[in-house]
Amino acid sequence: MKGNQSQSALKKLLYNIADDLLILGHRNSEWTGIGPLLEEDIAFSSMAQDKIGQSLAIYELLHQLGEPHPDTVAFMRNANQFHNCQLVELPIGEYQFSLVRHFLFDHSLLLRFQGLTDSSYEPLAQVSQKLVGELRYHVMHADSFIRQLGTANEDSIGRMQTALDIAVPYALGIFEKSPEEEQIISEGIFTGEQNLYDAWCREISKTTSLTSLKLPELNPEQAITGGRQGKHTKHLQLLLDEMAEVFKLEPGAEW
Amino acid sequence: MYGGGNIFEVNKSDNLNQEDPVKLDEFEARIARGEKVEPSDWMPALYRKQLIRMIEQHAHSEIIGALPEGTWITRAPGFKRKMALMAKVQDEVGHAQLLYSAAETLGKSREQMMQDLINGRSKYSNIFNYPAFTWADSTIISWLVDAGAIVNQLANSKGSYGPYCRALERICAEESFHLKYGHHAVIHLATGTNIQREMVQGALNRWWPPMMHFFGPPDKISVHTEVLTKWKVKMATNDECRQQFLDMYVPKIWELNLTIPDPNLRKNSETRQWEYSEPDWDEFIRVINGDGPCNAERLSVRRTAEERGEWVRKALLTKEAKYVTPLA
Ligand SMILES: [Fe+2]
Ligand SMILES: [Fe+2]
Ligand SMILES: [Fe+2]
Repeated sequence: MKGNQSQSALKKLLYNIADDLLILGHRNSEWTGIGPLLEEDIAFSSMAQDKIGQSLAIYELLHQLGEPHPDTVAFMRNANQFHNCQLVELPIGEYQFSLVRHFLFDHSLLLRFQGLTDSSYEPLAQVSQKLVGELRYHVMHADSFIRQLGTANEDSIGRMQTALDIAVPYALGIFEKSPEEEQIISEGIFTGEQNLYDAWCREISKTTSLTSLKLPELNPEQAITGGRQGKHTKHLQLLLDEMAEVFKLEPGAEW
Repeated sequence: MYGGGNIFEVNKSDNLNQEDPVKLDEFEARIARGEKVEPSDWMPALYRKQLIRMIEQHAHSEIIGALPEGTWITRAPGFKRKMALMAKVQDEVGHAQLLYSAAETLGKSREQMMQDLINGRSKYSNIFNYPAFTWADSTIISWLVDAGAIVNQLANSKGSYGPYCRALERICAEESFHLKYGHHAVIHLATGTNIQREMVQGALNRWWPPMMHFFGPPDKISVHTEVLTKWKVKMATNDECRQQFLDMYVPKIWELNLTIPDPNLRKNSETRQWEYSEPDWDEFIRVINGDGPCNAERLSVRRTAEERGEWVRKALLTKEAKYVTPLA
């Protein structure tokens, strides 16, 4: 990695990824104690723990590149400084929404990290190698629940279909390109959002085709974007206020 | 249970006259020899009933106990605490799962136990009917409530029912991590800034009285449970557990320069017993019977979770057979 320009492109990509992970991990942790069955309660918590741990790993990379300490970055920024896609910041809603979001997002995440194992930025390639192993289980979990609940009975199929219809336009926002996109690709940091999007479409339709669910038409023009540029729904600031409520009482203190 | 103060009730109708005297003798002899009772073994109806009650109460305490701390996961300050608290509360839900399975080996289904919890027919540890106002409350819970739970659960893990003992061994191993985490978090507050110190002292003031209730009423006013002791269902008395807890943790609390809100608390050097102001047992009874600060809220959160999740549980019971075969 050379030159300031490519470093800022690299950082932008890392912030996109880390912020997605932190915010979705935070959301999924909200199921703790109130899951639809104990086994799912536990599963959502363990995936949330993995995601927050993964976000930390990426914030550490950023820290090595000169960004502030991970705690500061995570707990002291405001919504307009976050680069996550809007999909991950939406409230958990009912279980079907959280599950569908988990399915749509985690497929993109696994593919992203699989791609990043070849990144020209060696530290990122190494971290990705490690995370791919964890993420396979998340995707397996999502797929098996989508298959089960997407075929079980009219009621469950109906609920899942509604959630899918609501979530897909937000999921298309995962692939929103940054102004640095071309550079990210030419520097070999990542193969790019378009590539990722194509692979993602194939993967999610493989799973939904085994169910009674109808995948809405995947039309990039319907993508709900803005997240990557710091534009968010009102839910993100509320989430961040809650997350930092204690931390900000005494920002310099050790907790 | 997660916390002592199990509510044992031995009713008149629970007499053992209907049991086969030969089998009963053999059963008691096995327990006296230190053997474990397994699910398919013969056991007196009263033994089964009391164990279901005890394990079920313990399981409920784990799942309800996840709520007061669970609300602090989203507010935990910093990555380290956030991840540790998530893992801790997840463990508690895992304990509930283990314990419901142990109770199911005695013939009561998880769904039935959940229903009884929601309907208020079965109890859970009283301490979770109190609110966790601040971050410090959550750390005091992780430290002291888990410490109390370990005292209780270690005793019970030497009991006679095999599946419960095995579940408890695993649970105790995890609880000791919780205790370490809680102690660590409390130390940081107690040795931190003024705001942090005040926060943790306030939490200790709030949680001390429920903590003194935690092991249940004193032995002199508790229901007699000789048969349960003989059968190794109840392994230590309430007072024994309370004394052990005080012995282990009062010095650690004092070490942190925190004040325990009981001017009469001291160890009598002759009797080697802790002396303390008598907790308000009327309040204990009132809260356990439903009239505490959070009883209604805890049960309504649980009830809502059950209702919202019902369609999922139903759908998972359906065989995954209706795959739509892809056309091409
Ligand atoms: Fe865990
Ligand atoms: Fe536990
Ligand atoms: Fe615990």
